[in-house]
Amino acid sequence: MRAAAVPGWHQERRAIAVNAIGVGLATAAYGVSFGAVAVSGGLTVLQAQVLSVVMFTGGSQFALVGVLIAGGSVSSAVATSTLLGLRNAFYGLSMAPVLDVRGPRRLVAAHITLDESTAMAIGRSGPGETVRAERFAFWATGLSVFVLWNLATLLGSLGAGLIGDPRTYGLDAAIGAGLFALVWPRLVDRRSIGVALVAAALALALTPFLQPGVPVLLTAVVAVVAGVSAVRDRATKVEGTP
Amino acid sequence: MTPEWYAVIVASLLCYVIKLAGHSVPHRLLDQPLVLSVSDYLPIALLSALVAVQTFASGQDLVLDARFAGLAAAGVALMLRAPFLVVVLVAAATAAGLRAAGLAA
Repeated sequence: MRAAAVPGWHQERRAIAVNAIGVGLATAAYGVSFGAVAVSGGLTVLQAQVLSVVMFTGGSQFALVGVLIAGGSVSSAVATSTLLGLRNAFYGLSMAPVLDVRGPRRLVAAHITLDESTAMAIGRSGPGETVRAERFAFWATGLSVFVLWNLATLLGSLGAGLIGDPRTYGLDAAIGAGLFALVWPRLVDRRSIGVALVAAALALALTPFLQPGVPVLLTAVVAVVAGVSAVRDRATKVEGTP
Repeated sequence: MTPEWYAVIVASLLCYVIKLAGHSVPHRLLDQPLVLSVSDYLPIALLSALVAVQTFASGQDLVLDARFAGLAAAGVALMLRAPFLVVVLVAAATAAGLRAAGLAA
């Protein structure tokens, strides 16, 4: 087998597995907060769990629950979580050629296509790495996050029933902090920081005038404007190169 | 079916269909500079807007309460490269502490 011909694969596989569990544990912290916030905000334990099993993409789950808790309509909750989930399509786009799977395995691969699994796979895609390592990182991370995320959700949602008013424990502040931690690593240049600040300001400015949930949805326009201007900038740079 | 169930089921299925689409649709449909660029900024805009609303909105009113102190503490934790759990705990503890001390709503 060619598998045995690559030296150090066993060590590498173990290292990837350890990382996968580490990432799973880190997201579990978020999963506990998700379960607690969802149930203390009025969802049932079963609804929180269905979100973690079927939706299984943290940002969208938090967005859906956040909009519903804030009194937003079903349609703006669904639209916000769907728009946030769109990035997963692009993760799938980059992972599909690497994974090269068909049939039921592709259905599972799609389900575990997340920030974490994609990032860990891309982290193994550099020079000196094998496609096998990249695939293993994707599957190990995706499955580890799935199991730990769901256990954590259950823990948080069951725990929420025991603690009473979530505000006493600052759980309402934890939602914003968790979302802040999700966006933080994406603020890598002036344009992305600008998008963050403008979107935040726009959402607050619109809040008094629109139903909860709608202001957040409308900030998608900021992303479109930034995306168009980024593409134009790149085009100008290419033209400007002698 | 309650509105909550409707939201949970429809949004969950849509999120899965999106994931599957990424693995299934022809590359040329998604692999375009403008589409990729907008999709880079979309989570930044939506997550930042959610952070702002979750921190300052109460229904359609804007309020300054313990959540803001929690978010500021989270920001400090993020700047110090604290792990996720610490960021969330610091925010919750800050808000809970200020409320317990009667210093913020």
